[in-house]
Amino acid sequence: MNTIFALAGIVIKELYRRKDFYVLFVITAVITLIMASVNVFQEGKIVRYLKDICLLLIWISSLAIAIGTAARQIPAERESRTIFPLLAKPVSRWQVIVGKFLGCWLACGIALVVFYLFFGVVSGAKEGSWPILQYFQAFWLQWAMLGVVVAMVLLGSVLFSAPSANATICLVALTGIFVLGSHLHKLAGTQPAPLAILLSVIYFLMPHLEWFYAARERLVFEQGLIGWGDCGLATLYVAAYVGLFLFLTWLIFRRKILTTG
Amino acid sequence: MNPWLILTFLVTLVFTFSTWLQPRAAKWSGGRESDHLMQVLLGDGRKILANHVFVQADVYFHSGYYPSVFDQAYTPTNSSHMTEPGHEEEPGHADGVDNQHETAENHESDHEKEMSFLKEPKDWIEAFGRRFMITEHKHLEAGKEREMLPFLKLSAELDPQRIDTYTVAAYWLSRTLGKTDQAEEFLREGLKANPRSYEILFELGRISYENRKDTARARNLWSAALDRWNEQEPQKEHPNLFALDQILVHLARLEEKQGNYAQAIHWLEEAIAKDATPSPDALRKQIEELKAKMPPK
Repeated sequence: MNTIFALAGIVIKELYRRKDFYVLFVITAVITLIMASVNVFQEGKIVRYLKDICLLLIWISSLAIAIGTAARQIPAERESRTIFPLLAKPVSRWQVIVGKFLGCWLACGIALVVFYLFFGVVSGAKEGSWPILQYFQAFWLQWAMLGVVVAMVLLGSVLFSAPSANATICLVALTGIFVLGSHLHKLAGTQPAPLAILLSVIYFLMPHLEWFYAARERLVFEQGLIGWGDCGLATLYVAAYVGLFLFLTWLIFRRKILTTG
Repeated sequence: MNPWLILTFLVTLVFTFSTWLQPRAAKWSGGRESDHLMQVLLGDGRKILANHVFVQADVYFHSGYYPSVFDQAYTPTNSSHMTEPGHEEEPGHADGVDNQHETAENHESDHEKEMSFLKEPKDWIEAFGRRFMITEHKHLEAGKEREMLPFLKLSAELDPQRIDTYTVAAYWLSRTLGKTDQAEEFLREGLKANPRSYEILFELGRISYENRKDTARARNLWSAALDRWNEQEPQKEHPNLFALDQILVHLARLEEKQGNYAQAIHWLEEAIAKDATPSPDALRKQIEELKAKMPPK
């Protein structure tokens, strides 16, 4: 376990050494504050559009951090040849994968804490109320969802040749899930037989990350808490997909011949 | 030669050319120099964007409960539901606006049907996903209608010819948020961009009557709205009878308050004659009541 945490620690250190997070946070903060200063009919209590924009930027930023961080982990180790001394030590390949996953996921969590603190301060100051439990629920569901993203991208990093290709393919797949996720079975119903079956199979196989995005909308429109039992089930659902993706990653990575070229 | 002299000469030359050519250059653009930045940048594409932004205001009005692009059949077909507050009774106006309440209730029931896009879930994934989604159809209320305003303002900037934007924003600004001046100013902007709009004139009349208590001005504005309606709508296949009903009933209400019962009866009879009202019997009843109030000849 210590080995896994040591590997995770290196990934977390990488997050604050690199400038990605700082740039994304500054962009989010600047856009949100500019939007907060807009005068709409001299009505100072308008807040939902601000929450909407800020949370959208947080979602985009966190996805960028998750994909960007996870996509370069294994390729960068191979590129710089540090994977060889790493595996020469008593570190197994599954430990590398789990350590990398944990590091990326925790790094996303740290970034999300900063983003949500900013969101809480801005929306709370403007709204005059602090629904801490709702903030926590939205944060937790988003962080849990990012676990699937990180695991999916790690799988991509052992499948695809370049981090850029992996990041692009994962981004397209995630966009598809968020946009079409809950509607794919409706679409399947309107298609002829072979395509309908294919769409239905994809619908039942893919992780339904759009549920977690819906939690963001609940926060924007002040719709109250989601049942804690449902949050727990959603967390288990996410954990199952993380397990599946990490297992697939290990299956491919354990037999992979590691070369630098 | 002295370089400063050359520089002075060149600066003078460009300045002279600028002053000479600028008025001509303004004509080349066909007078577009006064257009809004959005118009210059986006061209006619801004109208599509304006529509999207207006829909976003509607999404906010429904507190996030809104059909997606895959439920297009259930998307609200017009914006009349955006200016229908629950079942508020206006003190002192209850008798005179029975007809309007009935019309509003009909619209509300149609709107409820439009918005029942969530059917029984087909599988456990959809059923579980519903626990995270917003599944309750409720409109913004108690001053929260203000949340729509940023989108309505942006929509008006993107497409100044979209009349709904002005009327919906002004309705909530004046009715719920007590911002009569801002509502009127926004409607005036709208009227400047759409001088033939009877909807904007009607809304301006409503502000004059209900907020400013300026009866004479309200009468003029509603009469102007009626004239515009008569100029544009009768020849259409589906004239906007809802708007005509509103104009005529409000004119009738105004005349009744002023004691001009004969004129009030005239407006109500016109509403019946032009099939503007979905409940002519209620108007006939009102006409009888007004006739009873009239002094004997």
